[in-house]
Amino acid sequence: MGVQNYLYLSAILFTIGAAGVLLRRNAIVVFMCVELMLNATNLAFVTFARIHGNLDGQIIAFFVMVVAAAEVVVGLAIIVTIFRTRRSTSVDDANLLKY
Amino acid sequence: MSFPYAPVLAAAEPASVAQASGTADLTWLLLAFPIAGAAVLLLGGRRTDRFGHLLGTLASAASFVVALVLWLDMAGRDVEERATIQKLWTAIDVGRFHVDIALQLDQLSMAFVLLITGVGTLIHIYSIGYMAHDPDRRRFFAYLNLFVAAMLLLVLGSDYFVVYIGWEGVGLASYLLIGFWGRNPAYATAAKKAFVANRVGDVGMSLAIILMFTTFGATDFVRVHAAAAGAGEGTLTAIGLLLLLAACGKSAQLPLQSWLGDAMAGPTPVSALIHAATMVTAGVYLIVRSGPIFDLAPTAQLVVAIVGAATLVFGAVIGLAKDDIKKALAASTMSQIGYMVLAAGLGPAGYAVAIFHLLTHGFFKAGLFLGAGSVMHAMNDTTDMRRFGGLRTAMPVTFVTFGLGYLAIIGFPLLSGFWSKDKIIETAFHEGGVEGWTLGVVALLGAGITAFYMTRVMVMTFFGPRRWAEDAHPHEAPAVMTAPMVLLALGSVFLGGILAYGGMLQDWLEPVVGGHGEEEGVTTLSPIVVTLLTLLVVAGGAAAAYLQYGRREVPVVAPVGSPATIAARNDLYQDAFNEAVLMRPGQYLTRSLVYADNRGVDGAVNGLAALIGGTSGRLRRLQTGFVRSYALSMLGGAALVVGALLLVRI
Repeated sequence: MGVQNYLYLSAILFTIGAAGVLLRRNAIVVFMCVELMLNATNLAFVTFARIHGNLDGQIIAFFVMVVAAAEVVVGLAIIVTIFRTRRSTSVDDANLLKY
Repeated sequence: MSFPYAPVLAAAEPASVAQASGTADLTWLLLAFPIAGAAVLLLGGRRTDRFGHLLGTLASAASFVVALVLWLDMAGRDVEERATIQKLWTAIDVGRFHVDIALQLDQLSMAFVLLITGVGTLIHIYSIGYMAHDPDRRRFFAYLNLFVAAMLLLVLGSDYFVVYIGWEGVGLASYLLIGFWGRNPAYATAAKKAFVANRVGDVGMSLAIILMFTTFGATDFVRVHAAAAGAGEGTLTAIGLLLLLAACGKSAQLPLQSWLGDAMAGPTPVSALIHAATMVTAGVYLIVRSGPIFDLAPTAQLVVAIVGAATLVFGAVIGLAKDDIKKALAASTMSQIGYMVLAAGLGPAGYAVAIFHLLTHGFFKAGLFLGAGSVMHAMNDTTDMRRFGGLRTAMPVTFVTFGLGYLAIIGFPLLSGFWSKDKIIETAFHEGGVEGWTLGVVALLGAGITAFYMTRVMVMTFFGPRRWAEDAHPHEAPAVMTAPMVLLALGSVFLGGILAYGGMLQDWLEPVVGGHGEEEGVTTLSPIVVTLLTLLVVAGGAAAAYLQYGRREVPVVAPVGSPATIAARNDLYQDAFNEAVLMRPGQYLTRSLVYADNRGVDGAVNGLAALIGGTSGRLRRLQTGFVRSYALSMLGGAALVVGALLLVRI
C-alpha cells in the first residue's frame, strides 16, 4: 500500500468538507465541515513530511491544530451569540452585512 | 536677474530730446490741476455740490494758463531745443523692459495741449449754464476734469505705454459722460456701445505695443521711431495697421464708426468737447505721432488714406438725412475726421495739414455743438430740426455764432475751414497718380456734400417759418453760455487764417512731423484751380440745399423719402450690418461654445463619473451577505490560484 493513498484520502476528506461548507445551512454543521477540511490538510502535510523525510510538514500540522483550536473557541462563541439573538443557526439568515 | 528675451533690434539710445529744465519743469502741472479737480469732486461727494462747477472750471482754466506759459517759453527757445521730456517716475523696470512715466512736450503735443485746455475751459464755462438745473452737476464737472486729465496724458505721454493709459482714460471718461443720464436705458446702452466699439480699437493698440516691444525692445517714441528703419516692412505694416485699428475705434472711422451717432445721448457740452473737438481726434494724433512708422510702411499708409476717404463720404451721406440736429453734427464730425485721417494717410506732406484741420475743426465744431446745445436749451431739449425754423430772430447770438461756425465748416473763403480743408484737398491731388486723383475727387465731393447738409441744418434751424411745438418759448441763452460760443466763433473765423499765414503751423510742426514735401509731389492741379473747384462744388452744394429746404415748405413729419434717404436715415444700416456680421455670429459662436462646454467637456467629465458610479453600483450587488456564496468564491479563487501555479510549474 503506497503512501500516496493518504493523499487520496486527504483529498476526499477535503472535498467532503468543502461540499459541506457550501451546501449545508446549519452553522454548526458548516463549522464541523471546516474542521474536516483543516484536518484533511493536516493529513496531507503529515503525508508530505513522510514522503520528503523531514519534519516541516509535521510542524505546520501542529500550527494548524493550534489555530483550529482557537478558531473553534471564537467561532462557537459567535454561533451561540447569533443563536441567542436570532433564534436560528442558519448561515443564510445571518446576511445583514451586505450592499 | 536676466530677462530671457532678446529683441530683434537693438534700440537706439535716446538722444534727440532734451530733458526738461527751467519752465518746462512745470509740465506736470498741466495734468495735476484737472486730476486734483476730479479727485476732490469725486471723493468730496455731495459736500462739494455748492462750488463743484466752479472748482472744475478753475482746474481746467489753471491748466490752460500753465499751457500758455509753457507755450510762450517754448516759442522763445531755439527750434532744436523746443521739445522736452519730463520724467516723472519709472513705471516698469523688468530686465530689458523699461517704461518711464514721462511727459514729452514738443510742438505737436503743445498744439494739442492748447486745444484741449483752451476749448476745454470754454466748454467748462458753458456747462455751468447748460447744466445749471441738473442735480448732478458736480459729478458732471468731475468727469469733465477726469477727461481733460486723461486726454492731456494721452497727448503728453512720451511712450506708447503711457499714451495707452491716457487712451483708456479718455475712453472711460467718454463712457461715463455718454451715460451721464443713464437712468434712460437707451442712453446707458449708447454708453456701452461706445465703450465696446472703443475696446475693439484698444485691442489693436495693445497688440501694436506688444509688437513694438518684441521688435524693438522698447515702447517709447524716441527709441521706436529711431529703430523703425531697421525693422522689416511686414512688421511695420502690421504695427501700422494695428495702430490704424486703434485710431478707427477712437476716432469713429470705418469700420468702427457706429458708436459716434449714439454717443450724442450725452449732454451737449460732452458732445462738443469729447465727441467733436478732442477725444475723437486722438486717432489722428496717434497716426501723426507714429509718422516714422507709417512712412516706412506705404501699404499701411495707403490703407489709412482709404479709410479716411471712405469715412468722409460715409459720414457726409448720413449727415444728409438726419433730422436730429446733434446726430447731423455727429455725422459731420465723423466726416471731418475722415478728412484728417485722409490727410494723415498722405505721409509727411499731410501730417501738418491733418493737424491744421484738426485744430480749426476743434473750434468750429465745438462752436456748432454749443450752438446746438443753446438751441436745445431754448426749445425744451427738442433735437428734431423739423420742429425748429425761424430761430434767428429769437436767438440772435446763437444764430450769429452758429452761422459763423457753419461758414467755417463749409469752407467759406477766408474762414478757418477754408484754409484747412482746401489744403487737404490740394494735398490729396498733389499725391498724383490714380491714388491722388481718386482721393482728391472724393475729398472734393465730400466738400460739396458737407456744404449741402450743413446748409440744410442751418436753414431748417434758423430760417423759414416757425414750426415750433406749442409749448416752445425760445429765448437767448445766459451770458455764461453765449460767451464761450462767441469766443469759439471768433476762433472759427480767424484761427485758420492766422495758422495758415506764411505756413506758420507747418513751420511750427516741422521738427516733429517732417517737411511740407512741396518739392516731391507731382503737379496735377495748381492750388488756385483746386481752390476754385472747391468753392464751385461748395457753392453748388449750398445752393442745392437752399433750393430744397429754403424755398420749399419743410414738413414737420419727415416724409417717407427714397430708399437712399431711408438708408442714410438709418446710418446706412451700419447697426444692421454689425448685428448681422458681428453680433449674431458672435452670439452663435458663444452659444455653440457653451453647448460644446456643457456637452463636450462637462459631458466627458460627468460621463466618466457616471460610468464609474454605475459600474460600482452594479458591482456592489455582489456583496450578498450570504456566507456560503463568499465561501464558494474563495474556493473558486483558491482553485484558480492553485491551477495557475501548477500551469507555471509545468
